[in-house]
Amino acid sequence: MSTTPSPTTTPSPTTDTGATTARRAALAPASPGTRRPSRGGALARMTGVEARLFLRDPSVFFFSLVFPALLLTVLGLVMPWADQPYDESDPLLGAVTAITGYTPIVLSLAVATVALSTFPAVVATYRQRGVLRRLSTTPVGPSRLLVAQVVVNLVALVAAALLAVGAGVLLLDIALPVDPGTVVVAFLLAVLSAFALGSLVAATAPTAAAANGWGMTLYFVSLFFAGVWLPLPLMPDVVQTIAGLTPLGAASQAMTAAWVGQSFPGTQLLVMAAWAVVGVPVAVRVFRWT
Amino acid sequence: MTTTPVVRAEHLRKAYGSTVAVADVSLSVERGEIYGVLGRNGAGKTTTVEMIAGLRRPDGGTVSVLGLDPTTHAAALHQKVGLQLQESAMPDRLRVREALDLYASFYADPADPADLLDLLGLTAKRDAAFKDLSGGQKQRLSVALALVGRPELAILDELTTGLDPHARRETWAVVEAIRDAGVTIMLVTHLMEEAERLCDRIALIASGRVAAVGTPAQIVALAHGEQVLRVRPAAPVADDVLLAALTGVPGVRDARVEDRALVVHGGGAVVQDVLVALARHDVRTSDVRLERASLEDAFVSLTGVGPDDPAPALQTAGSATEV
Repeated sequence: MSTTPSPTTTPSPTTDTGATTARRAALAPASPGTRRPSRGGALARMTGVEARLFLRDPSVFFFSLVFPALLLTVLGLVMPWADQPYDESDPLLGAVTAITGYTPIVLSLAVATVALSTFPAVVATYRQRGVLRRLSTTPVGPSRLLVAQVVVNLVALVAAALLAVGAGVLLLDIALPVDPGTVVVAFLLAVLSAFALGSLVAATAPTAAAANGWGMTLYFVSLFFAGVWLPLPLMPDVVQTIAGLTPLGAASQAMTAAWVGQSFPGTQLLVMAAWAVVGVPVAVRVFRWT
Repeated sequence: MTTTPVVRAEHLRKAYGSTVAVADVSLSVERGEIYGVLGRNGAGKTTTVEMIAGLRRPDGGTVSVLGLDPTTHAAALHQKVGLQLQESAMPDRLRVREALDLYASFYADPADPADLLDLLGLTAKRDAAFKDLSGGQKQRLSVALALVGRPELAILDELTTGLDPHARRETWAVVEAIRDAGVTIMLVTHLMEEAERLCDRIALIASGRVAAVGTPAQIVALAHGEQVLRVRPAAPVADDVLLAALTGVPGVRDARVEDRALVVHGGGAVVQDVLVALARHDVRTSDVRLERASLEDAFVSLTGVGPDDPAPALQTAGSATEV
């Protein structure tokens, strides 16, 4: 319980009761020429608050943070195909287990969940309920809340990915990537391009319900192209080609290629970079604060 | 301290497309007063204060708040002006104390959040999530957030809308406490009772224009300029004796006897003059009633629209206004 007196107190007339004095001290207008606000402090505090809110929402916590690792683990332990070669027709894909081949897909799912489902829904809710507008009445303004949201979601995303890969290595004995550097680059570009897409939803959805609807539609389409239901190598060529043009399809393909040591997935990385380079500025431009 | 007004707005104008929300509003708020912006829903009150607070750019006119131009110095202004907006919520799972601590971090010299919680009666709810608060508690948190920067000017928009009468009265007490601490307040309301009870001065806004400015009593006087005095003699007195007693009394515009009581319409010091005249004629009184036109009557008379008009209705808080 903090009972520290407020830093500046108004001198009180002798007739004041104690209560009135306390009131005056609490509310008396700040004297001019006091120290500047620490904007960095406000951002740090906002990020801390957003992180706590993230952890307090059970469904967000579960699907964003836990679900990718859980999905990979359950599939790996339960599915009879988990230990089979991923794709017999390809020498490199055939050299790893199916559950290893499924790991980049789960990482794409982790990215899609946060970028397309969690992030836009929260931002649209904040706009609809006037949280952003309320912040626009303060010296700090609402843009920092978006920064705080992105930071919290990125941290959650990285944690979810590490959790999934960690579970895979420890419990399922998945093979580690042949080219980890490219996997990391592909993962980061996946995050950027998926957030670009999610930001477009967050920027323009008129209501929280609309953001949810649009986000979930994009989410399930993305999961399809990422190969969550049917791994991409097993899909027709035309689907694979289309998938390669979507942010998460490209992410899945690029991470798989780098994981098993196929040729450098330059096209897929460029596709993701293009989504990010176009999507983020457009989202910033069309963002509606109220 | 100083005679410079806290807020000076001149000929503010704002249109949304072809809809003119504010046609021509000029007003001046003095330091330390509770200044009411009163009008029906849709009269342009909120747009007016949003321009004053730097949230909207006026299409025309000038505004100066604490010596700053809100259109160019919004951030500096927001250090000194606290805003409580209509219909703005916090995230559901944010706790009361967290919200206050967060908002305190935005300001150069914030109030102690614990003191504010105390003042607003939220100490017991400090760890409650926003979604678990009652309407009145949410409103009080909203006020606390507007005050945590220790503003010189607090703008409170439809502070008590949706509150039950008890919560409304509690909130009014808070507003008075804030003013007592030296904060100038602009109170936006469509409630007559609220304006009459709290405000030192009122700007009556109708159709985007200022219809009248003054103390609640002055506005009432502007509209009617007259008081109605009802005097009942202690002992029966003949009607003509009663009326004769008032001959030559200044300020009396009309006098008649209704139901054995003398009913006098007049202005100025009519109350005192009538009572003195009656005493001079040895008429003792058992019951004296002063009926004044209410702010609501004034509103109708000054803006030409009444509470029963089909347009968005002007509501009165609680029971009929009494003086």
